[in-house]
Amino acid sequence: MAWQWFHRLGSPRWFYEKSTPWLPWLAAIAIVLLLVGGIWGLAYAPVDAKQGNSYRIIYIHVPAAFLAQGGYFIMAISGAVGLIWKMKLPYMVMKSAAPVGAALTFLALVTGSIWGKPTWGTWWEWDARITFMLILLFLYFGIMALQQAFTNRDTGDKASAILALAGTVNIPIIQKSVDWWYTLHQPATIKFVGKSSIDPSMLYPLLLMVIAFYVFYLWVLLLNTRAEILRRESRTRWVGELVEQKAGVKSL
Amino acid sequence: MTTDLQTISSFSGFKATFRRDLLLALRQRGELLNPLVFFLIAVSLIPLGVGPQSQLLSVLAPGVLWVMALLATLLSLDGLFRSDFEDGSLEQMLIAPQPLYLTVLAKIVVHWLTTGLPLMLLAPLLGLMLSLPTPGFVPLCLSLFIGTACMSLVGAVGAALTTGIGRGGLLLSLIVMPFYIPVLIFGTSLVQYGINGSPYTVQVAMLGALLALSIVLAPLAAAGALRISTQ
Repeated sequence: MAWQWFHRLGSPRWFYEKSTPWLPWLAAIAIVLLLVGGIWGLAYAPVDAKQGNSYRIIYIHVPAAFLAQGGYFIMAISGAVGLIWKMKLPYMVMKSAAPVGAALTFLALVTGSIWGKPTWGTWWEWDARITFMLILLFLYFGIMALQQAFTNRDTGDKASAILALAGTVNIPIIQKSVDWWYTLHQPATIKFVGKSSIDPSMLYPLLLMVIAFYVFYLWVLLLNTRAEILRRESRTRWVGELVEQKAGVKSL
Repeated sequence: MTTDLQTISSFSGFKATFRRDLLLALRQRGELLNPLVFFLIAVSLIPLGVGPQSQLLSVLAPGVLWVMALLATLLSLDGLFRSDFEDGSLEQMLIAPQPLYLTVLAKIVVHWLTTGLPLMLLAPLLGLMLSLPTPGFVPLCLSLFIGTACMSLVGAVGAALTTGIGRGGLLLSLIVMPFYIPVLIFGTSLVQYGINGSPYTVQVAMLGALLALSIVLAPLAAAGALRISTQ
């Protein structure tokens, strides 16, 4: 009985119908938070003593970097759920999460590079964290390439789920190895335990932006997954009826 | 009684696959030499590309030798399961009562014996050509000895994932290379420490830990991937 919701969650149709009312809410919250956090951070937060205004890119760079890593685990976990419980929906989530995660990793790399020019005097530095993000991007690329290589979709789903899981073993190893290999990046400024070395007036908009990015990620992932559901279930009756309904509304 | 029989039969599976693969590899001498010749040619391109100054080359040598050994391993991986897949013997292995883990492990061990080990033996000669400093030779061999074994094991997962795809060669390198980065980092820093005369026990321990982890996990993942990608 207790597991019924879990199995229903695995049904693409149920998920599609239940997630429809979430979309406007998620979109509204994401846009409001992004606007408030962005304006607060970019216009009202104080100027940094050492870096001047160039530090403000932190409000995009750090949330993107957070989600680049978090997105990988979301992808790997949904792949594992698909392999273990043999459900269709988690694979659709996994497939949709890969390009979003890769895009955020790329965004983190680009903003970091733009930030690096005025502060470190170079566009690119083979520093531990930058190298780690680059390798993370390669891992995303590998998974996306493997998904597309199979003509049989089920096989491609399962194979890329295995690759994503193998990556979760490898990610901590890569992170540690590049950390020991070379360190230049500043140490973590936000600490959840103990005192943060960043001033609250700069920290609050940053935290707001992190939350905003999480909501935004959820929104985009949901949109992507719904599109994937429609693509994969395009031959079922409920999708056909849905399309007819939409077409009917348009023609009226 | 039954457990005894089962252990005997599972190891007989390992031994049979090991013997068969080794024999097959030794009978195809040309294919056996290919990664070595690639290693030789690719390394000799470096002086042509960056210039023949021995000072410059001795700085580049550890990294170049390691990267080229990595690429040579990658090239040889594509055939790990392919010929068995094409002639149907892989299906026999999949349905055999022996654990697939051990069969896959046997194939990987043979792969390492026929590519990783010869690469390691050839490396000092190429080190000489790139004027690698004298204290670097022993660390180079040591790091390649452990490192190529790691690369064979981890690469087997990629090979298993791409077996069902017609031409998986390029895709295989694409998905396996990020996984080789820790091995590359510790391997080259081992050689670097050896050249500088510092103790390199930490790097040996790290490579050993990576090897232990990949012996446990990689054949398991490769076996799972084979069952999926050959459906």
